Amino acid sequence: MSVALPEMFVLGMACLILIIDLFLTDKNRIITYLLAQATLIGAAIASMGYQFGIPEIAFDGNFIRDGMGDTLKVFIYLSVFVVFLYSRSYLQARNLFKGEFYVLGLFGVLGMMVMVSAHSLLTLYLGLELLSLSMYALVAMNRDSSYASEAAMKYFVLGALASGMLLYGMSMLYGVTGSLELAQISAGVTVAGADNMVLVFGLVFTVVGIAFKLGAVPFHMWVPDVYQGSPTAVTVYLGSAPKIAAFAMVMRLLVDGLEGLQEQWQGMLIILVILSLALGNITAIAQTNIKRMLAYSTIAHVGYLLLGVLSGTQSGYASSMFYTIVYALMSLGGFGMIMLLSRTGFEADRIDDFKGLNERSPWFAFMMLILMFSMAGVPVFLGFWAKLSVLSAVVEADMVWLAAVAVIFSIIGAFYYLRIVKLMYFDKPEDTTPIDSEIDVRVMLSANSLAILGLGLFPGALMGLCVNAFPA
Amino acid sequence: MSSELPLLSLVIWTPIIGGLLVLAIGSGKHVLEARVVALLVSLLTFAISIPLYVQFDSTTFQMQFVELYPWIERFNINYHLGVDGISMPLIILTTFTTVLVVLAGWEVIQYKPAQYMAAFLIMEGLMNGVFAALDGMLFYVFWEALLIPMFVVIGIWGGPRRVYATIKFFLYTFLGSVFMLVSLIYMYFQADSFAILDFHALQLGMTEQILIFLAFLLAFAVKVPMWPVHTWLPDAHVEAPTGGSVILAAIMLKLGAYGFLRFSLPMTPDASQELDWLMITLSLIAVVYIGFVALVQKDMKKLIAYSSISHMGFVTLGFFIAFTIFENTGSWKGAAMGMEGAIVQMISHGFISAAMFLCIGVLYDRVHSREISAYGGVTNTMPTFAAFAVLFAMANAGLPGTSGFVGEFMVILSAFKANFWFAFLAALTLIIGAAYTLWMVKRVFFGEVANDNVAKLKDLNSREFIILSVLAVAVLFFGIYPAPLLEVMSVSVQHLLEHIAQSKL
Repeated sequence: MSVALPEMFVLGMACLILIIDLFLTDKNRIITYLLAQATLIGAAIASMGYQFGIPEIAFDGNFIRDGMGDTLKVFIYLSVFVVFLYSRSYLQARNLFKGEFYVLGLFGVLGMMVMVSAHSLLTLYLGLELLSLSMYALVAMNRDSSYASEAAMKYFVLGALASGMLLYGMSMLYGVTGSLELAQISAGVTVAGADNMVLVFGLVFTVVGIAFKLGAVPFHMWVPDVYQGSPTAVTVYLGSAPKIAAFAMVMRLLVDGLEGLQEQWQGMLIILVILSLALGNITAIAQTNIKRMLAYSTIAHVGYLLLGVLSGTQSGYASSMFYTIVYALMSLGGFGMIMLLSRTGFEADRIDDFKGLNERSPWFAFMMLILMFSMAGVPVFLGFWAKLSVLSAVVEADMVWLAAVAVIFSIIGAFYYLRIVKLMYFDKPEDTTPIDSEIDVRVMLSANSLAILGLGLFPGALMGLCVNAFPA
Repeated sequence: MSSELPLLSLVIWTPIIGGLLVLAIGSGKHVLEARVVALLVSLLTFAISIPLYVQFDSTTFQMQFVELYPWIERFNINYHLGVDGISMPLIILTTFTTVLVVLAGWEVIQYKPAQYMAAFLIMEGLMNGVFAALDGMLFYVFWEALLIPMFVVIGIWGGPRRVYATIKFFLYTFLGSVFMLVSLIYMYFQADSFAILDFHALQLGMTEQILIFLAFLLAFAVKVPMWPVHTWLPDAHVEAPTGGSVILAAIMLKLGAYGFLRFSLPMTPDASQELDWLMITLSLIAVVYIGFVALVQKDMKKLIAYSSISHMGFVTLGFFIAFTIFENTGSWKGAAMGMEGAIVQMISHGFISAAMFLCIGVLYDRVHSREISAYGGVTNTMPTFAAFAVLFAMANAGLPGTSGFVGEFMVILSAFKANFWFAFLAALTLIIGAAYTLWMVKRVFFGEVANDNVAKLKDLNSREFIILSVLAVAVLFFGIYPAPLLEVMSVSVQHLLEHIAQSKL
């Protein structure tokens, strides 16, 4: 039972908070917030107080606890913790500071945890849907905003479609291998052979489902609209932790379950990667809304992230995991910065709102500079090491050409990150209202950016953590 | 001989930490304090770099002042520093130039002076890092990180088209270097290490060498810059503040040339030999064609920018004629002269271009125009300044007795051993260089006082006088007595030539 202790803890706490919140007045809503944060800390302790060792499989093979899962979960808690922290004052200022945000957020966390620890198709699907349903509701949380409603609708319809695809693929996998459990599917693939038509068909639908959830081109349509339409507090949630969970889903399905079909999915992923890099980076240039720009940048980052997976080696998986975690950290900072600049009645989500930030606040302009150069992959920031890891994974897999393609698009990508720096440093501010965000947001955001710099100077530990998650 | 102190780490990190300190001090009203601290930090760094020369053992090609600590174990990346006779003078040039840059921006920069000073100090540390790095990835990190402060410097304190110029500068150099990154990763998997010296020893096939050579070429050619990827330089120079131009011309361009010596030549010697015709052609085009382009410039800074490209053409020419000389004479002696000449040219161009840009800065600060036509007869109102400017112009034209002559002469002399026409074309620069430089001097300094602006000019203040005299001494010293510089590098150059003589195939 202790195998699923963190999951049970989060579930119990989420239900408890749901009930407690009913009896709280708006004045005391802060208790909900504090309880939610405490839940995440508690879950982190529960996950970390466990020896990485032999993977443990429980619940009739439906659930697994291993090094990769525990590491990913800790970063999920961390991301969501930071999200909750950034969004408190944002929500309060917009009259959105309600218990639902935290309860749904925690259920989303639970969904992600289940995805990360899934060892059968059914568990995986269960986790995915738990996360998705929470997300749909969160996106629609601002009921008065037509953008948010549109975004939620779009997200729901496309998300449901993706789930359907995934389920369809899963049914074929089940049909061929006769099992829902990943280990048995893996064995079944060997028996059926990699050229089994139904199996490959099932794989195609599975990859499509994954690509939808990750937001890889050509299944990316929902990403920009949802990122832009959601309240920024939800966007930052959406852009960070679920990516970690989606990476886990890729690993569970493609590596744990279908490693026998590696040749097939490698080709599919290469196409997804190149399209995502191209479309994400090029389209981001044309954006005027920074949330939308970061959405396209996410699409491009998903492309880089998949580079490591498609190399099909243990070190490649580790580098993708590293990339995912690094991306989540950068994304938190980027959206956090938008929330920092925003105030009641002003979302600060246009790119022009960053004009002249160096005059208004040199410190936070510098923090944003770190984030932007890190996303662009310029040393010595953390983003560079992430790019180095995935590039070296594909070079190791004898795909130097793919590494060359990836770096060409990273040059194009550098342009739009540079533009933000340009606006902050070289232009005059449009409004000179002092930035009056609360101290906890300021401290956390500074810590977030400085972590990108600090971990960039000493990336060894985080890299080591990811390598250890994949024992050879 | 090596010192107890980690001198190389100190020349890298003192200015970086000092720069952050300046940022912290200068964020409020303490502008003067920030300037003073910046000057002290740059002087301190220069002082730290002196022992590098004094304690340097010029009888060995081995890396000296070596520091080696593991950094990122997963990729076997080490914090590995060391210098030889090629990189050590460049570090001293960097620390020396930064002092001048800090002084040059003293009262000229009024908008956020602390950020300005800090950016230059951080850049100084990063440039020293590039020259001292013995690990490929460490080199790359310093190399790329350098773009950030320069991007900010041009963009904030530059001229009217600064934004265009700085984005062009960044993207050009970024484009060049990402392919170098892929090559480094490729070689890492061959050598199982990122150490530059391991890469030197790595056996590579011809196709691999050529691809790697081309990837490096893109990175270094953009930085040098070589024709036809030079177009960012005039834009960046014209729009950069004086200090930015000085650092760009004096040091940043040398990074590219240094890259050829540390990476391209020793790592891919066979490809270098195979493609030396390409390098020689590009260098000669730079020397001759860009010289003519310089002739027609109306903007003084642009003129000097083009003259820099032309002079850097000599540097790359000196590097890559080595193979032809060897084929013709069968000896590495002649090739050594060409290469040493090229390195002397790098150092000397560092002084001269810095001086020329500072001179333009002196005029610009008073009149706020860089157009040649805005001046005329400056000698009448600024006699001391004119004396300095004419001296540096002569050095830029390669007058014997100045440092500009030594490098060019050595390269031309060894070019004769390679091919008469190489030498002929290269020697044309003596005429073209004299033409564009002296013509500019004539139009700006001599003749009648052209307008009221010129009539109102005040001669050098003591700060400017000190900066220019220090440079004048350096230019004359290395012009008359280049031996100390040549002695320091000769063993390292010889070793490099012996190394590239051995095929890796």
